[in-house]
Amino acid sequence: MSDVDLKRTPLYDLHVSLGGKMVPFAGYEMPVQFPLGVKNEHLQTREKAGLFDVSHMGQVLLKGEGAAAMMESLVPVDILDLPSGKQRYALFTNEEGGILDDLMVTNYSSEAGEVLYVVVNAACKEQDIAHMQAHLPEGVELELLDDRALVALQGPAAGEVMKRFCPETADMVFMDSRHLSVEGIDCFVSRSGYTGEDGFEISIPAADAERLCKMFLDQPEVDAIGLGARDSLRLESGLCLYGNDITTETTPIEASLIWAISKIRRNGGDRAAGFPGAEKILGQIETKEFATKRIGLLGSSRAPVREGTALVNEAGEVIGKVTSGSFGPTINAPVAMAYVDKAYAVLDTEVFALVRGKTLPMTVSRMPFIEQRYYRG
Amino acid sequence: MSATLKFAKSHEWVLDNGDGTVTVGISEHATELLGDVVFVELPEVGATTEAGNEFSLVESVKAASDIYAPVSGEVVVVNEALEDAPETINESPLADGWIAKIKLADSAELEQLMAEDAYLATIEE
Repeated sequence: MSDVDLKRTPLYDLHVSLGGKMVPFAGYEMPVQFPLGVKNEHLQTREKAGLFDVSHMGQVLLKGEGAAAMMESLVPVDILDLPSGKQRYALFTNEEGGILDDLMVTNYSSEAGEVLYVVVNAACKEQDIAHMQAHLPEGVELELLDDRALVALQGPAAGEVMKRFCPETADMVFMDSRHLSVEGIDCFVSRSGYTGEDGFEISIPAADAERLCKMFLDQPEVDAIGLGARDSLRLESGLCLYGNDITTETTPIEASLIWAISKIRRNGGDRAAGFPGAEKILGQIETKEFATKRIGLLGSSRAPVREGTALVNEAGEVIGKVTSGSFGPTINAPVAMAYVDKAYAVLDTEVFALVRGKTLPMTVSRMPFIEQRYYRG
Repeated sequence: MSATLKFAKSHEWVLDNGDGTVTVGISEHATELLGDVVFVELPEVGATTEAGNEFSLVESVKAASDIYAPVSGEVVVVNEALEDAPETINESPLADGWIAKIKLADSAELEQLMAEDAYLATIEE
């Protein structure tokens, strides 16, 4: 794709003024890092707070009676019983049980009517919107919120900072979502994120985004963070990247995302099945018959093991492949996610990464690699 | 500005130790391009280097980058301190962050390297 075709978020000018190194990402010009650098941005977010521009992601409203039922027909997740003001992680699946995308669904219904707010990945948003459009029942309307920015304020200081601008956020817990006025700006605020830390995702009208972000960045605890640190933060926290760790070739069960499949949608549940690929996915839960599984790996040497690296057993036979890998600045060791033959998907198993002709030992490890610190009240 | 260091276009520096060996590292500019170094794959002592060929590798949080040998010869010492403290490359690229010492096969190769001001001019291009 030529640079001419790249889109810019409402925060582009701010990134450039802050010295952000802009790179193409999912069709947008996005900051991969700021002068602080990837490692320090990572540590800043873990120690204080970081502000991330995620406006490239797709924001959509589904409005009208039947919106929740429609969403429920596309994901293996309980959407009908999602309380108003709550957010939930979901997966669009295909008929083969593969994953089309992962997404966040928020119930913003009120007496005025049924409303779902949906956030999908940037690289998948056109396909996801078409997918939802194709399943829209009569009476449900899809509204693309391309006039809104989306930012994430993440880190142990995020709660304190947010409270200064919007005291109503103080009693929100992980996955709570509200329409709130932040410094007089009409925002959708959820207490969630993609770093493993406490924090908020804030949807802001595009025209007000830069002003609000500058107010956040003026706080002593907050620095701007680029995509580089966003990736190492999510990886250390065991969170999947769509396109790497989950794809149409992986089912939620193979992806170790069984926790994301609501009990009520599984066999024996009141609303079992009724989503694309249900037979395959629910069958894998019952039979446990599947070949490969997503696991976490911790490196024993200091060499980072990158995506695409082959994994072998002691006999040198290929038993898997790394799907995401980097050096974890907080855990201070190489971290990776990989798919391995199920026989090796056992904690503390030693496997070997083939890196530049060497075999580097890695240990199958529990994810998240570092403790998640969500605010649960 | 260093009068004694010479540079390769591929961003390595060379210090002539005057005893037939040179010390090799990477330039400050290279460390800025790389970002925070988290791992250095050191060459093996005794390994043969050929000017222009890869002889070491440096990984940042972002990506891996090959380091090219600025001269031909034999690796006689490697900076083992980088194994536990790879960040030294960022903190002191032209001194404590050296990578290896190489016994020169052909001292005439040093003539082909650039003085620091000439090297810095190539960066600005």
